[in-house]
Amino acid sequence: MDRSMEPIIEVSGLHFRYASGKRDALDGIDLTIRRGEFVGVTGPSGAGKSTLCQCLKGIIPAGTFTGNVRVAGQDVKPRGPYMESSALVFQDPETQIIGLTVAEDLAFGPENLQRDPSQIRAAIPGYLKTVRLSGYEDAETYRLSGGQKQRLAIADALILLPDILILDEPTSELDPIGKDEVFEVVAALRRERAVTVVMVEHAAEQLAEMADRIILMDHGRIVADGPPDELYHGEGFFHRPDGERSPQVAQLLVALERDGLVDAARFTAREDEAVALLSEMLEARAGVPAGD
Amino acid sequence: MTSNGQRPDVAIDVDAITFRYEPKSPDVLHGVSLQIHHGEFVAMIGQNGAGKTTLAKTFNGLLKPTTGTVLAGGTDTRTASVGQLARSVGYVYQNPDHQIFAQRVRAEVAFGPNNLKLSEAEVAERVQEALELVDLADHADEFAFSLGRGQRQKLAVASVLAMRPPTLVVDEPTTGLDQKGAKGILDLLTRWNTHGRTIIVITHDMTLVAERVPRTVVVGGGRIIADGPTREVLSNQELLAEAFLRPPQVTRVAQRLARYGVASDALTVPELHAELSRVLRGAV
Repeated sequence: MDRSMEPIIEVSGLHFRYASGKRDALDGIDLTIRRGEFVGVTGPSGAGKSTLCQCLKGIIPAGTFTGNVRVAGQDVKPRGPYMESSALVFQDPETQIIGLTVAEDLAFGPENLQRDPSQIRAAIPGYLKTVRLSGYEDAETYRLSGGQKQRLAIADALILLPDILILDEPTSELDPIGKDEVFEVVAALRRERAVTVVMVEHAAEQLAEMADRIILMDHGRIVADGPPDELYHGEGFFHRPDGERSPQVAQLLVALERDGLVDAARFTAREDEAVALLSEMLEARAGVPAGD
Repeated sequence: MTSNGQRPDVAIDVDAITFRYEPKSPDVLHGVSLQIHHGEFVAMIGQNGAGKTTLAKTFNGLLKPTTGTVLAGGTDTRTASVGQLARSVGYVYQNPDHQIFAQRVRAEVAFGPNNLKLSEAEVAERVQEALELVDLADHADEFAFSLGRGQRQKLAVASVLAMRPPTLVVDEPTTGLDQKGAKGILDLLTRWNTHGRTIIVITHDMTLVAERVPRTVVVGGGRIIADGPTREVLSNQELLAEAFLRPPQVTRVAQRLARYGVASDALTVPELHAELSRVLRGAV
């Protein structure tokens, strides 16, 4: 990551309103993302998360778009040119999968970018293995389960070799192990190719482990932005009955902090660190003579 | 509700069933037996492809067992039509878009009760009640597909509630919903359950199961590999590993702190918070 920290996504004063919309779906977004960062995006339904993903990808829906969006040196504009630097995994894989078979679907993207067909074919098994769909080359896409479709949609994006991977709730239909696998795929991509990742996700516990930074959106605005340990510590959005869900270890440490049992400076939203902190405290406690 | 009266307390009685989708395809359920009593709130958990949805679809005759029997509200599902069974067991699909077909919200909810040949007034009353229960009464005249995902999920639940089935099966009720939407659906199911209805949820969300559901059935490889009180099931590490499942984070943390005398079966954040307060303060 320290290879270079230059901004790869720069957004300023972005407003977007759908043609049928009564209010701005994006209401003044300012955002800088550096090369190699993993940015989690969370927030309630209707906050503008999917709309932001589409604007970052340069697929701007019908409506009014104002402001500046610059991605990998290219200005995003309505009806602008295709942006090869990024790939988007849509929230609903059905809107993305168009091939009759899995192999055809995977080949469609790179073929459209006029990449070498024999190299595309040769690459397919590797991408299927990455998303645990080995041997599914000739499977008909409409027969896949929801979880399999979601994994194919991720492979569709990976095969384009993007510098920026944008994922819109890529794990919503996956079981816990399947969710972990998606996060592992993303982690491996970052290690191998320093891919920049923007991921809309409600799985707070996994985001806390993996993301460098989390953005909380509401009503078309960015209302909080920071590293997981800072964001999930804040009381404003998370630790209240109608708030967003934070990792359970964050909830636990905030509760112990309110009791005066844990030092606020030692807050963490990550499981291993929380266990280490609590173990240390429990060990210290055991060392205190009985009757104290 | 029950027609034969043999086991009036049993809402769903699955007896040694197998199931295969086509005559020559392999079995996806292998000798499953399960009884769910009236008024219970049960979770079915298991990894993708474990057979949860297939099993649940036998509860109201959407799928008929290849061998063995399923009694829904006392009726053998092989002898009754899905229309008849829908009166005793309602089924809410995982993807609301696989269920919704009417243009307008009101018409979607009225479809089921209309098929029960109820009076117009009775249908109107049930539609209103169901829409109010899911907080969609203000959207009755809108286009069903113009609703957001969370609202479509609620609409799918409402159209089943309007049938007033004593038993409700809900497949992944919170997928794709934000925290507020998920809480809304769960509060609704909990409320429905306290009114005596039987609720069965299929879910990957272990936190939901831990916080809300007293009984948990683990499905793996087309079999039931565990069935018991949620606390026992979710604190059994070997069992969950076998089913490729993980307990909620707070339970994992409790287990990792067990060597310091922390009770290892906490299911919720308040439980572990209380336990840690107790141990850290040194109270006995």
